[in-house]
Amino acid sequence: MLHIVNKSPFDTGSLASVLRVAKKDGGAVLLIEDGVYAAVKNSATEASLKAAGMPVYVLQPDADARGLQSRLMDGVNMVDYGGFVDLVAGHDNVQSWL
Amino acid sequence: MKFAIMVNEGPYTHQATDSAYQFAKAAIAKGHEVTRVFFYHDGVNNGTRLTVPPQDDRHIVNRWSEIAAQHNIDLVICIAAAQRRGLLDDNEAKRQGKDASNIAPGFRISGLGQLVEAGIQSDRLVVFGD
Repeated sequence: MLHIVNKSPFDTGSLASVLRVAKKDGGAVLLIEDGVYAAVKNSATEASLKAAGMPVYVLQPDADARGLQSRLMDGVNMVDYGGFVDLVAGHDNVQSWL
Repeated sequence: MKFAIMVNEGPYTHQATDSAYQFAKAAIAKGHEVTRVFFYHDGVNNGTRLTVPPQDDRHIVNRWSEIAAQHNIDLVICIAAAQRRGLLDDNEAKRQGKDASNIAPGFRISGLGQLVEAGIQSDRLVVFGD
């Protein structure tokens, strides 16, 4: 399942919920909109994302809009909207954690 | 692949509707089909033709109407959410005794069954909201 998180981890517990309950087998996390703040290097959420045990994707246009291009942690995968579409197509289910 | 999209947030209030539009555009560019966009809750405000944004801003409503016309996308507005927020087509305006309708081209008003159907008939349903 693809888990889409569009909230900053400093606003809501959406990302924490995903990391707690998501099945790791084949699952992935996609950070969009303010969700991209979770992937900022040296942030309070960096360690939990690294320990997630599943791939983490960041929507590049949203990271760019927030000036985070060079401030993201290592190990995350950047995607554009086309990559977003590929991720949705590549997973059997998609869950937006609004 | 067939995609359906659900939009739960109004235009110019949150990024959700912009994200949904960019996703739809990218899906079409990749050769997928976007069958339906279902607008629910404040998302129904994406469908009023009376919207007049400043000239240097994107026209979110027209953008939906245009992409729907070009790629045959069914834009469906939830009727209960629409009536609460003053969004009416000609039939509903008449039925409710109102003096005008305001639904934008390419949009139609229907019920939640259309969301369920979109979920069943599409390969993926992607939700955007706040």
